[in-house]
Amino acid sequence: MKKLCYLLLIMLLVGAYPALHAQTGTMPLDPDTAYSDTIPTEIVLRAEDTPNDAGSAITVTWECNDNLPSGLITIVRINGEEESIVAEDLMLTKEQVRDTDVADDKEYSYYGIITSPDNKYYRTKDSNPAKSEAQWFNTDRTDSFVAVLFITLVFVWFIQQAKKGKSFYIRKINGLDAIEEAVGRSTEMGKPIMYILGIGYVTDIPTIAGLTILSRVAKKAAEYDTSVLVPCYDPVVMTTAQEVVKESFTEAGRPDAYQKEDTMYITQDQFGYAAGVDGMMMREKPGAVFLQGLFFAESLILAETGHSIGAIQIAGTTETAQLPFFVAACDYTLIGEEMMAASVYMDKNPLMLGSIVAEDMVKVLIIVILFIGLLLGILGPGLGIDIFNNWFEWLIRII
Amino acid sequence: MNDIIKKLTAIDRRYLFIIIALVVVIPLLFKPKFPIIPKKPVIDAYKAVDSLSAGDNVMISVDYDAASMPELQPFLEALLRHCFKKELNPIMLVQWQLGAPLGTRAMEKIAKEFDVEYGVDYINLGYRPGYTAQIVGIGKEIRDYFITDYKGDLIDSFSVMDDIHNYDDIDILVGLEAGATGNIWVQYAGARYNQRIILALTAVSAPDAYFFYQSGQIEGLVGGMKGSADYETLIDHPDVAVAGMAAQSFVHILIIVFIILGNIAYFFEKRNKGKTLGGK
Amino acid sequence: MIKGKGIPLTITFLTGVIIIVTFFIPHSPFGEFEQTALRWYSIIAGFTMLLGVDSLLRSHIKKFRKKDNNWEYSIVVFIAFAVIVTTGIIATVRTGNAFNTDTSFMYIYNHMIIPLQSTMFSLLAFFIASAAYRAFRARNTDATLLLITAIIVMLGRVPISDRFIPAVPALTEWIMSVPQMAAKRGIIIGIALGAIGVSLRIILGIERSYLS
Repeated sequence: MKKLCYLLLIMLLVGAYPALHAQTGTMPLDPDTAYSDTIPTEIVLRAEDTPNDAGSAITVTWECNDNLPSGLITIVRINGEEESIVAEDLMLTKEQVRDTDVADDKEYSYYGIITSPDNKYYRTKDSNPAKSEAQWFNTDRTDSFVAVLFITLVFVWFIQQAKKGKSFYIRKINGLDAIEEAVGRSTEMGKPIMYILGIGYVTDIPTIAGLTILSRVAKKAAEYDTSVLVPCYDPVVMTTAQEVVKESFTEAGRPDAYQKEDTMYITQDQFGYAAGVDGMMMREKPGAVFLQGLFFAESLILAETGHSIGAIQIAGTTETAQLPFFVAACDYTLIGEEMMAASVYMDKNPLMLGSIVAEDMVKVLIIVILFIGLLLGILGPGLGIDIFNNWFEWLIRII
Repeated sequence: MNDIIKKLTAIDRRYLFIIIALVVVIPLLFKPKFPIIPKKPVIDAYKAVDSLSAGDNVMISVDYDAASMPELQPFLEALLRHCFKKELNPIMLVQWQLGAPLGTRAMEKIAKEFDVEYGVDYINLGYRPGYTAQIVGIGKEIRDYFITDYKGDLIDSFSVMDDIHNYDDIDILVGLEAGATGNIWVQYAGARYNQRIILALTAVSAPDAYFFYQSGQIEGLVGGMKGSADYETLIDHPDVAVAGMAAQSFVHILIIVFIILGNIAYFFEKRNKGKTLGGK
Repeated sequence: MIKGKGIPLTITFLTGVIIIVTFFIPHSPFGEFEQTALRWYSIIAGFTMLLGVDSLLRSHIKKFRKKDNNWEYSIVVFIAFAVIVTTGIIATVRTGNAFNTDTSFMYIYNHMIIPLQSTMFSLLAFFIASAAYRAFRARNTDATLLLITAIIVMLGRVPISDRFIPAVPALTEWIMSVPQMAAKRGIIIGIALGAIGVSLRIILGIERSYLS
């Protein structure tokens, strides 16, 4: 008889549970009577404000018990008299859920409905009450904040030094010196120049660096009365490139020579773009090809085609995996940061030079930290000397 | 001998191309078998997925198109098989518009094998433009970018999306990459939101992700068709990538032979030049 | 009074600073501002595709009208464009989604776009062969070292060496994770600092060449 009662109870529960699931928003829940009396293991819910967020969120956590490894849990929010489901049928092993539907500065508590593997239901005790609030500073990002502050200060200091008239030196970059030679050669041959910005977007720094070099190349080409073909992968990059070329032609005193259609969109498909550009190379036979921007698997296809038509090629990218291809197939290659420094190198503007020196200073600092880390790593974890081990761990924590 | 050397140095590259084509096609026809020994970066990727519990959410980003299909599609299928076998919930999204049908095709194919239900066990969110903004924005709320799935149905009408709002609800993210999107996943989803990440890249781009792997920013790295073959071996379901390994083996060897021949020709050419210049 | 390049420079400065600030301050209105800006960007990015279509068609119409060199290819562009747009619209109207497997749009995708893209990518194998033949010459000690390393890595990356020379894959893994990584990390640190430099120069208005 007792077993039959339990069976009826379970059947009732099975029937009632979908109805419980269907409840959303502020629909009241009253499931207490339907649960099994004994909870095999105590699962304690803890509620606390979600840290470092914009508010409106409370994190509910629990510790998964080994006795219920494959159980499910439904989290219910208690707001005064109202109860509503936050998340249903989560794996117990998840151990955490965020309630993102709460008002700030108001107290909420939670309880869980656990479904055991044999389809029995248990109700946990209520959690501690918790309030949600927005934070004014994300403490998880303190290290980034310190780094941003420090790097900005170093940059500003060196730019100030440049403003005060201090002169800085920048080493020779062959690839950039060769721009004039490449444009000149194209002009002599009566052929156009092709400038390929790769498959990056305008939000990518290498694409921006490519656009800054384009402005110099276009200006030189305008002075020499040579046309510049700029096939583009992205429409926004195309629009920006059109403006850059137009301004460069205007600055060179040749606005009449500017042809908007020479900077054109090809396709936003990696190998469709490579095919389009290759075809254009074979038809137009440019005297100089510039590959400046973000390149991936299409890099060698473009560079080899340029090589096959005998164009002088100047490449540059930050994608280290593509650099060997460019080195093999092009006459000059700008390696990573040389590309970023291109506008500074070509302008020789003292303020810009100051920023390059600042970069180098930060680089020196990084090298010093790496060297200290190397020494401490050998002496501490390597040779097991306690004091160095502590210093090493301290250094790792700071970084 | 000199004649052979001269011919070697001036060889028309179209002959090289014909030899390459033959070396790729012949093994694909005869399918010789080689033992596949999975490498550590792929084993780590496998372990990361394998350690998840039933019901955990795996975000899969299809960031490639048909060009990279031979390298990455086998991994996508192997990964989906692994997910469905472990009762994980794959949440697919696409950052390269022309990759969308490839993702859909793989998902439909593998879902059929496992008899899983769309919207309950898995979902395909499709493509949205502006990947950098999207990857950062998902850190707060995925619905800001994906209100509907790839067919235009509201994602809130699918139970699999009930508890998924941002990276906190994604147990692991797997990016299949032919371009720059992988870096953005690591820089924003990984560094900013502590998302666990696995990357699968084309072979030409894979070396770029090694430092992310070594520093622990990604938990596993699947590189090119060899990586896909490793993963197929690990889930014990050898498929097209394993079959392609013979062709890849022979092509690598052929290129090594070309390099050696090129150097022999170069060596003799230099020696002959030296002789004509008085043995210097 | 801000005028000329002053307006875009001010917008760049303010946006740059606000986005940096929102990274550290989650509290309203900063946290929301970032998310709103990202949503805007995402929406605008969708519409930029129209710019691309406009540019592509304009340049080909011009070429076609002037009967420039190879103007015949422009006809291929017009036909391909018309066919893909029409099939896409028909498929969407008929089935609600152009990506349904049995639509004409997907037929074109499966039987034309996939083979065309695969062909382009497979060209890489041929280009790598010719570049390797030409470029990997033992000109000096450095080049010889590079050559030997390349051979080891190429061998170590395929299962045939697992079977015949098992030491090579292990050596390849070492090359990839120690010397390769050391060089790459150096370049990457430089690139990261370069990127910070470019960003700060743009935000502070020192770098203006992108505005020209």
